[in-house]
Amino acid sequence: MLADKPRLIDEEGRRLDGRGPADLRPVHIEVDVLANADGSAYVEQGNTKVLAAVYGPKEVHPRHLSLPDRAILRCRYHMAPFSVEQRKSPAPSRREIELSKVIREALEPALFLEYYPRTAIDVFVEVLQADGGTRCASITAASLALADAGIPMRDLVAAVAAGKVDGILVLDLTDVEDKHGEADVPLAMMPGLDRVTLFQMDGVLTPDELKECVKLAIDGCKRIYALQKEALRERFVRIRKEIEAGEVEG
Amino acid sequence: MMKWMAKEPVISKIKKRRIIQLISEGKRLDGRGKLDYREIRIEKGIIGTAEGSAMVCLGQTEVVVGVKIGLNAPYPDTPNEGILAVNAELVPLASPTFEPGPPDERAIELARVVDRGIRSSRAVDLKKLCIIPGRRVYILFLDIYVLNHDGNLIDASALAALAALSNAKLYGYQIENERVILDKSIWSPLPLQDHPVAVTLANIGGELVVDPCLEEELAMDARITITVNKDGDICAVQKGGPGFLTVEQVLEAINIAREKAEELRAKVLG
Repeated sequence: MLADKPRLIDEEGRRLDGRGPADLRPVHIEVDVLANADGSAYVEQGNTKVLAAVYGPKEVHPRHLSLPDRAILRCRYHMAPFSVEQRKSPAPSRREIELSKVIREALEPALFLEYYPRTAIDVFVEVLQADGGTRCASITAASLALADAGIPMRDLVAAVAAGKVDGILVLDLTDVEDKHGEADVPLAMMPGLDRVTLFQMDGVLTPDELKECVKLAIDGCKRIYALQKEALRERFVRIRKEIEAGEVEG
Repeated sequence: MMKWMAKEPVISKIKKRRIIQLISEGKRLDGRGKLDYREIRIEKGIIGTAEGSAMVCLGQTEVVVGVKIGLNAPYPDTPNEGILAVNAELVPLASPTFEPGPPDERAIELARVVDRGIRSSRAVDLKKLCIIPGRRVYILFLDIYVLNHDGNLIDASALAALAALSNAKLYGYQIENERVILDKSIWSPLPLQDHPVAVTLANIGGELVVDPCLEEELAMDARITITVNKDGDICAVQKGGPGFLTVEQVLEAINIAREKAEELRAKVLG
């Protein structure tokens, strides 16, 4: 397929960036990063950088799309033209349209859409820098942005991919590992409820390997979930400090 | 904005409750068991102008796949490989909810899930479709045409795609003054290395059923498609729909899909 496949895992089982198979990349999360959005979050996972914003619940345009018994959730996953090595055309690609759909369907089970009939909740995700795992980082960020917007949720949604690289099952693949590896299994879940809301795979795995990848990804999601909650807590601590300092009205 | 979003048809609440109630008793609207497919009919070679074609009827769902093969320059990152392009059209005659215009998210997802199964399993050996590395390769267009939508378009389309590929002709070529032209007087069957089959299960009221019809799709929480190659390995997965699956359901679905895939594969190749 691709020429010059680099060696991705060394004799000691270390990956190109020094991680072991079940290690996550360093994850950095910030909540409430955009002033205009009703909710927003920024996620860095290794070299992947993703920004998510939520607008709503708000009036639906065009109006005929509104539903009488619940809110509609809309999602746009988009990659910045400069987010990849070869400039990407800003027009939505087929990949981006599919990912917009699966990300929406990964977030929807967490929301009480029936609380806001005849409204729309819009989720916008911009990938600023892509190094593998962008759909998962997008879900991690978008679910925090929804929580930041104050939209009632059953749980946060955390996501990460597992996969197979040089014959070894690994967690949180980078772009090279995805491109040259044997399989990629992105998974999103509500860790507090044990519900899987996104599950995809490409490549080839035996059924046992696939089940193992599911377990690996679930474990990764739980670790990301802890970081999400910490980031959300920090945001409220910040607000409280601002109130106490008299910078904003309580 | 987000013009690709599809508007789903609606189902009455009473019907939805009935479907969920029936499934909780192990029954379904049309009398099937939870792990039964609807009647499957496969007809190959129905389009004379296509190099490969097939129609698949899955109950009332009808899908035609046509394969056209031409010549093209290869992609710069894969100079030694032919090109496979999968596209799906949800034409308006197939359902009141399909509208004319560019493919919406449903059509794009359908095409990409079918594509993933074929590509991951390497069913079509793209290296064998290279004529002059870096200059001229075969390009294989696989067009999925839905004629009647009664649910489970993914499995019907994947079956039709496999059937159409399995009866596709690869024309020979001649090189004249450094130009490659197709020679339609000679042909060989398109070489197929694998036979990926998609199995879709729906989570309806906490129970998994295979091959959901349209009304069941409207009542489901979520669906999961698992594509299985000829060795029984998994070569594509896609969760869809607005709801969730439990971890146990995910693991159970993998086991069910492996069994069902064998059954379906025998129907296409037999």
